[in-house]
Amino acid sequence: MTTSSFLRASALLAFTTLVLPAFAHDYKIGALKIEHPWTRATPGGAKVGGGFMKITNTGVETDRLISGSAEVAKALEIHEMKMEGSTMKMRALDKGLEIKPGETVELKPGGYHVMFLDLQAPIKDGERRKGQLVFEKAGKVDVEYKVEARGAAASSDHSGHGAHDAHGKKAP
Amino acid sequence: MNALRIIRLTVWACIGVLTVALGYLLLAPQPDTGSGVASIGGPFRLAASDGTVVESEKLKGRPFAIFFGFTNCPDVCPTSMLEVTNDLVALGDKAKDFRVYFVTVDPARDDLKLLKEYTASFDPRIIGLVPKDEAELAAIAKAYRVIYRKVETPTSYTMDHTATIYLMDAKGAFSGTLDTKETPAIRQAKLKRLIDKS
Ligand SMILES: [Cu+2]
Repeated sequence: MTTSSFLRASALLAFTTLVLPAFAHDYKIGALKIEHPWTRATPGGAKVGGGFMKITNTGVETDRLISGSAEVAKALEIHEMKMEGSTMKMRALDKGLEIKPGETVELKPGGYHVMFLDLQAPIKDGERRKGQLVFEKAGKVDVEYKVEARGAAASSDHSGHGAHDAHGKKAP
Repeated sequence: MNALRIIRLTVWACIGVLTVALGYLLLAPQPDTGSGVASIGGPFRLAASDGTVVESEKLKGRPFAIFFGFTNCPDVCPTSMLEVTNDLVALGDKAKDFRVYFVTVDPARDDLKLLKEYTASFDPRIIGLVPKDEAELAAIAKAYRVIYRKVETPTSYTMDHTATIYLMDAKGAFSGTLDTKETPAIRQAKLKRLIDKS
C-alpha cells in the first residue's frame, strides 16, 4: 500500500466513522468501493426485486459488474431501466455494468439495478439480504442488502439528498 | 394595368389564400381521426382477481382508473400501485366505489391466483384483470393505445409497456391520466374531480 493510498484509506475510514449514520455499510474489493447496497420490500406474489448501491472505481483500469447472486433469488441479472416517453423499458446489460477509473456509478430505482429474479419468498421491510457481486477484474465480494419499505426512492442511510423519500411510501 | 402590377396582385392573392388556409389549419376544430385522446378506451370483458368478471358496459355510471403492468416488474408497477393505494386511502370513503384496474400484459405468468396475491398487497379497490389469451390482451391494449412487448433477458424475459394510469369517467370516456411524478395532492385532486363530476 502506498502512502497516498494509505492516507486516502485513512481519510475514508475517518469520514465513514464520523459522517455516515450507523446503518451504512460499505465493501471494498480490489480497487472498487461498494457503498450501501439496498433493496425494497416486494408485493405479495412478485417474483422480482431490484438491488441498488453506489460503486466507485478507485483504480486505473475499467472494471465491470458482470454477475452475482442473492439469497432467495434463483438468478441475478444486471439491468438498466428507463422510461421512453410513457413506456417503461428494461434491458439486461450483456457486457455488464462498466465502472471507469475514478468514476462512481449509482444503481438506483428507475436506472441501473441488479435484478433479483425468481424470488422464492417476498422481500420484507427491515430485513437484510445476503448476496454476492462478481466483477470482471476485482472478482467476487459478499455484500448485504438493507431492505427498505416498498416504493422507497432512496435508502434511509443516504444522508443529504433524497432523505425525505427515504422512508418509502406508506402502505396499509 | 401593366405586367408588374399583375404580378404584384397575383402574389398578394397567393399570400391571401395561404394565410386563410394556414388560419384554417391552425384554428379549425380537428376532426376526430381516431388518433386523438378522445379515442382512448373501449369495451372489454376480463376475468378479475376478486373472482368476478369485469365488463366495461356494467361500469357505466362509475368512473375508474386503469393501468397496464405485470408482476415481474421491479419498479414502475409496484411503485405506481403503491402511490395509487396511498391516494385511495387519503380519499377514503369519497372513493369507496372507485376501482383501479391492473391489467396484466404478461398473462402467461400472471394468472388470477397470482394477481390476487399481488393486489392483496395494495388497496382492496385495486383489482387485477387477466386477459385469457393473447387476442384478448391485444384487443384491450389497442383500445387503450397501450404498447407492450416481450423482451428476452439471459435467464428470463421482461415486458416493455406503457406505464400510464388512465382515468375514465362515468360514461367510460377517457378523462385524463395520473402520473407518478405528480405530487399526491395533484393526483388526489384529479381523482376527486373525476368522482365529483360523475
Ligand atoms: Cu430489472
